[in-house]
Amino acid sequence: MPRENFDREISAVSNDLLILGGMVDKAIESSMIALKNMDNQLAKDIIFQDDFIDRKQIDIEERCNNLIATQQPMASDLRTLISIIHIGVELERMGDYAEGIAKIAIQMGKEGPLKPLIDIPAMADISRDMLSKSLDSLVNRDLIAARNVLKQDDEVDQLYQRVFQELLGMMNADADVIKRATYLLWVAHDLERVADRATNVSERVIYLITGKLEN
Amino acid sequence: MNESILNVKNLNVWYRDFQALKDVNIDILSNKVTALIGPSGCGKSTMLRCINRMNDLIPDAKVHGEINFNGENINSNQLDPIDIRSKIGMVFQKPNPFPKSIFDNVAFGLRINGFKGSIEDEVEKSLKKAALWEDVKDRLKDGALELSGGQQQRLCIARTLAVNPQVMLMDEPASALDPIATLAIEELIRDLCSEVSIVIVTHNMQQAARISHRTAFFMVDQDRCGYMVEEGETNQIFTDPQDERTESYITGRFS
Repeated sequence: MPRENFDREISAVSNDLLILGGMVDKAIESSMIALKNMDNQLAKDIIFQDDFIDRKQIDIEERCNNLIATQQPMASDLRTLISIIHIGVELERMGDYAEGIAKIAIQMGKEGPLKPLIDIPAMADISRDMLSKSLDSLVNRDLIAARNVLKQDDEVDQLYQRVFQELLGMMNADADVIKRATYLLWVAHDLERVADRATNVSERVIYLITGKLEN
Repeated sequence: MNESILNVKNLNVWYRDFQALKDVNIDILSNKVTALIGPSGCGKSTMLRCINRMNDLIPDAKVHGEINFNGENINSNQLDPIDIRSKIGMVFQKPNPFPKSIFDNVAFGLRINGFKGSIEDEVEKSLKKAALWEDVKDRLKDGALELSGGQQQRLCIARTLAVNPQVMLMDEPASALDPIATLAIEELIRDLCSEVSIVIVTHNMQQAARISHRTAFFMVDQDRCGYMVEEGETNQIFTDPQDERTESYITGRFS
């Protein structure tokens, strides 16, 4: 094993990617709590913390760029670094969706959500599960686990459709609720996007393992 | 489009009792650059030398198997090695121009082949193909050894091209050159493959990745005998090799 320094660098940057994943997961979890409890302070914290997520992503990308420029990675090393860069970007975007939900929570103000939150937290739970499983599949280089994450996206899409129809029905019935229903629609949309991004993470893991880009 | 110009079947090479190359099977595609890579002693230069019968010059070298070129087996005793070498040219690691003028170096092959047309035109054409014309057009009578290393190597390429080969074999053609001259040779190789099929041996994997369309990876077994591990599209070999031995070699984890 003549490339110990390079191996150490790859392993350190992979570790930081997982830390970034943890930060993003925490942000999504907190955004649901802020929404449910109308917790403005928590929502502000999430918005503040998003800067750290952004900085972490930039740091990861720069380190990968430097390794590509200086170490001429090939084969699985190359696929690993390219995948880390892509996954970092996906995670950073997920953080932005959590920040978006936090902003909506603040906008909702004291009125709180239009209706009890059932499907929306379920969407968040599945999306977070997808995120965590996609990162596990990265750590374990587990092709089957990565492919299973793709299937979960359908569940989130179905929940999104249901939330969408329900809120549309409420808006049709009573124009006064349009503003509050739209807030929830945005939240549901953000969560649907989080699940899509988790799917992208899994697709990058599949590329890392197989060398093939699938869609 | 992917026609092969050379078809190598069960190639085995011995130097006396020592087997240098074992059971190589590969198709070399027309108008493509094929890179042979692998650790020292893996037989890639031996393989290259077989393709234009250079091993004939080594006493006790024994070559079994077929190298089919234009429907004929190069290893057949019926074929004249001199004729083969005019169709399959070779460029070596160290530029080796003759101690003659620039012009005479390129004209040399034409003259010994009894070329009847305008030697001046052919020399100019070959020097242009080798991207050397602009550098030397006003000093064709100067000695070739006055040129820089990179220019000398391009001169050797021009000398090889002058006799219109179908295949050009290159054994580490840029390893004795500085990075700028190396890039010039690499650019030239990519340009030339539209008219000549190129097989290049290189220790520089990044060079193989940059310039070749196809890459063949060779290894050496415990008896120091070389063999081919895998061959494929260069993009695939360098992003997703199919064999673990290729993976560990090209990621630098070869032990």
